[in-house]
Parts: sequence; C-alpha cells; structure tokens
Amino acid sequence: MSDVQNQAHAVLEGPDIHRALTRIAHEILERTKGAESVVLLGIPTRGATLARRLAERIAQFEGLKVPVGSIDITMYRDDLRLRPARPLGRTELPPDGVDGRTVVLVDDVLFSGRTVRAALDALNDVGRPRAVQLATLVDRGHRELPIRADYVGKNLPTSKAEKVKVYLEETDGRDAVLLIKEEAR
Amino acid sequence: MRHLISAGELSRDDALVILDTAEELARVSDRSIKKLPTLRGRTVVNLFYEDSTRTRISFEAAAKRLSADVINFSAKGSSVSKGESLKDTALTLEAMGADAVVIRHGASGAPHRLATWVHGSVVNAGDGTHEHPTQALLDAYSMRRRLGRLEGLKVAVVGDVLHSRVARSNVLLLHTLGAEVTLVAPPTLLPVSVETWPCQVSYDLDAVLPKSDVVMMLRVQLERMNASYFPSAREYSRRYGLDRDRFARLHDDAIVMHPGPMNRGMEISAEVADSPRSTIVEQVGNGVTVRMAVLYLLLGGSEPAIGGTA
Repeated sequence: MSDVQNQAHAVLEGPDIHRALTRIAHEILERTKGAESVVLLGIPTRGATLARRLAERIAQFEGLKVPVGSIDITMYRDDLRLRPARPLGRTELPPDGVDGRTVVLVDDVLFSGRTVRAALDALNDVGRPRAVQLATLVDRGHRELPIRADYVGKNLPTSKAEKVKVYLEETDGRDAVLLIKEEAR
Repeated sequence: MRHLISAGELSRDDALVILDTAEELARVSDRSIKKLPTLRGRTVVNLFYEDSTRTRISFEAAAKRLSADVINFSAKGSSVSKGESLKDTALTLEAMGADAVVIRHGASGAPHRLATWVHGSVVNAGDGTHEHPTQALLDAYSMRRRLGRLEGLKVAVVGDVLHSRVARSNVLLLHTLGAEVTLVAPPTLLPVSVETWPCQVSYDLDAVLPKSDVVMMLRVQLERMNASYFPSAREYSRRYGLDRDRFARLHDDAIVMHPGPMNRGMEISAEVADSPRSTIVEQVGNGVTVRMAVLYLLLGGSEPAIGGTA
C-alpha cells in the first residue's frame, strides 16, 4: 500500500528519535546505577538496531562497553498458526550470556505486549537474568497483556485502525516514525 | 507446496530460505536448552518401510527439538507384515491426526502416492532409487558452511549413481543453487537417462579430482545389486575408491563428503574418512538442523512458507 492511498504523517523525525534515544540511554544509566551489569537485547529487526544505538550512546556518556545482542522471538510467538511460517530473525547473545545480569529488552513499537511476552519466554530458554526491563521507542497503547515499558521514547495515543511504522537509517535509509491512517474503502 | 517430495520442485528462493532458517536454528543446538516450543501439539509420524539409522533418528530429534509429538513406525513388527497396504496404513495414521508424515519406502514414488491420500504434509525421507531431498539440503548446507558459498562450486559425485537417490536429489538441488555437478561412475552404474540431468558425466575419477571443490562419495549399494555391475570389489575400489593417493591430488581447500553409511575400504579409505577435511560426522549434526528447518517451514504456520503460492 502506498502512502498516497493512506494518510501518513511523521510523528517523530530524525532529530526527535536521536533525542529520545539519548534520554533513554541516560535513564538506563540512572536506573541501573551506571549500567554495570546491563545487557541490551534487541528484538529483530529494528529493536536490534535500536539496542546497538543505545549501547553506542552509553559508551559515549560513560565510556562503558555494555554487552549488546539480539533475541529472535519468532519461534515463541502465540500467533504462529494465524499466518504462514515466517523466516527467522537473528539471535546473537553476548559471549558472557545473560545469567545474573539486568537484561534490557529493546523493541521499536510496544502495542499488544505479545511480542514482549514471547521475548520473555525466549529469554527463559537462554539463561536466567537477575532482572528484565523493557525499552521501546514508541508506546502506542492497546495492551492485551499485563506488560509495561520501563523506558519509553514517546507515548503515542493511537486508534486500533492506525498503523505505526518505524524507519531507521541502518535498515530503511532514513529515521522516522510514521502514523498511518488506513482509509476506509 | 504442502509436501517435500523432490529436491527438483524447490525453487532457488525456497532452498535458500531452508538453508538460512537452518543457519539460525544451528544456534539453538549450541545452547543448554535445545528445545523450542514452536510445534507444540503437532504430531509427526515417522513411517519407515526401510532400515535407516541416521535419517530416522535425525527426523525424530528434529521434531522433538521443536516440541512436536513423534510417533515412530517401522514396517517390521507392524501390521504391514500382516499384509496391510500403504494406503490403509496411511489412512490409519490420518485418523490418528498426523500433521506430517515422514516416509522412507523402498518403492520410488511412494511418498507421491501417499501425498494424495493424507491431509497432512508428506516429507520424503528416501524413496527407492528416486529421491532423498533432505539429504541434498543438508549436503548443500554443509558445503555452504565449510566453503562459504554454493554458486560456482565444483562438486564431483562419485560411485553408485544408478541406485542412489542421494545423487539425483543432489544434482537437482545443487543445479538450482548454481553449483556445477559432475557425476563420476563406471558406465554400468549410471542411469539410462543421465544425459537429461543438469550435470556433466565422467568415467575418469583421476581427471575430475584436481578440479573439484567437493568430492561426494556414494555408498556402493550391494543390497540393491542383483547383477554384476563391476568385475570385483577390488577393481571398483582401485578405479573409483577415494584412497590416500587420490586424496592428495585434491586442492588444499577441497572437502570430502559421504551420506553414510560407509563401506570403509571400498569407496572410501578409513584414513580419508577420518581426515579433518572430511565432513562426514558434521553432516549428521547438520541433518538435524536442516530437518528442523524443513519441519518448521512446513508446519510452523497456518500454511507452509516454502513453495510460493499454493
């Protein structure tokens, strides 16, 4: 579907995303008292990119190299049987693993909370973190599970008919968060 | 495509999706909890009419790592010995709610027939002298892991091509993936229609070896030989066996493969089979991963992810 057919407008542009991530990086440092035992795990594809960006910022601010990786949740989804089998994303854990550490899960959009539930299950199979926190660039509401984010880039009230699309430089050639209203046909 | 019956019906994209999925799943084999919840509540039946060690165990391990329920059925000790037909056996399994049937059968085409009788997915685990698609997939996967590519790779498949379902599946799949296959065998051990296969044919192993990146040795299938295809085992071994001298003629990065089980001393010498450039043991481990990928892509969603539009 093209942007012409649907009304799309950017809710966040490049500089906004930049500022939001900078703030989240500071908040992680503050809440975890210096991010000593933190591991950043992104949910592919864009969550993994965001996790890397957060790690870069933390290194910039405090000179600390936080272990960063990705955790694919496809095999743990609860809606697998509703759609054709999907290709898998990449799971890359830091060499020291997640045992005893504070894992910060990173995703681009927090919506129903089902992705995060799947991520918690996946995490359970790769180790036993001391604590798990959640960072998201956009929280668009409409939770279907008792899950909330610890770090939010932007709270974005949406209707269920709308779509939120995150574009990132590394994968999409530009930074933007679009709110897409689907026209009734 | 609900089934995996022939390596020839896989498009390049399908084959690459399977190999890439296997690549991701290989990481699961490295962790302490090797199980994934993906196929919970699905039933996979292993229907084996022919003896098999690695393929049956490999499919069983693959299904169990994806949390599917596995029912193993071997013709020995079942109602097949009372004369039950393949169709009746299939309908019985269907009634028990099998989501997938993995079948190994001595008759070429049995999986194809089975697919018309059951609603679940049918996976061909070797039918007569016809095809063994998951073996070809795991071979391609092993080559790509060792050598980093498949495009333009020169692969020699040596030995009993006539009786080999592995050779046919490999020729079809490797051709799709851009590798160049040369079959090397005595004229008596080549099928009649071999000139229609997408590959080269040679009778001279020594000429082919120095140009090959991969040498795949096939087992001489003595149990299927009811006529004399070569004068003696010694003569076969001298002309088509991979021994130390021939191995030394390979270039330094070339690898040696064998689908197993091996006749050590016949088509391959023990020394070559155990060398670090042999992938024979690796192939077994890769088999589980590749079969997990196939089962996931066929059963993991509302419809299969390979085969494009149904």
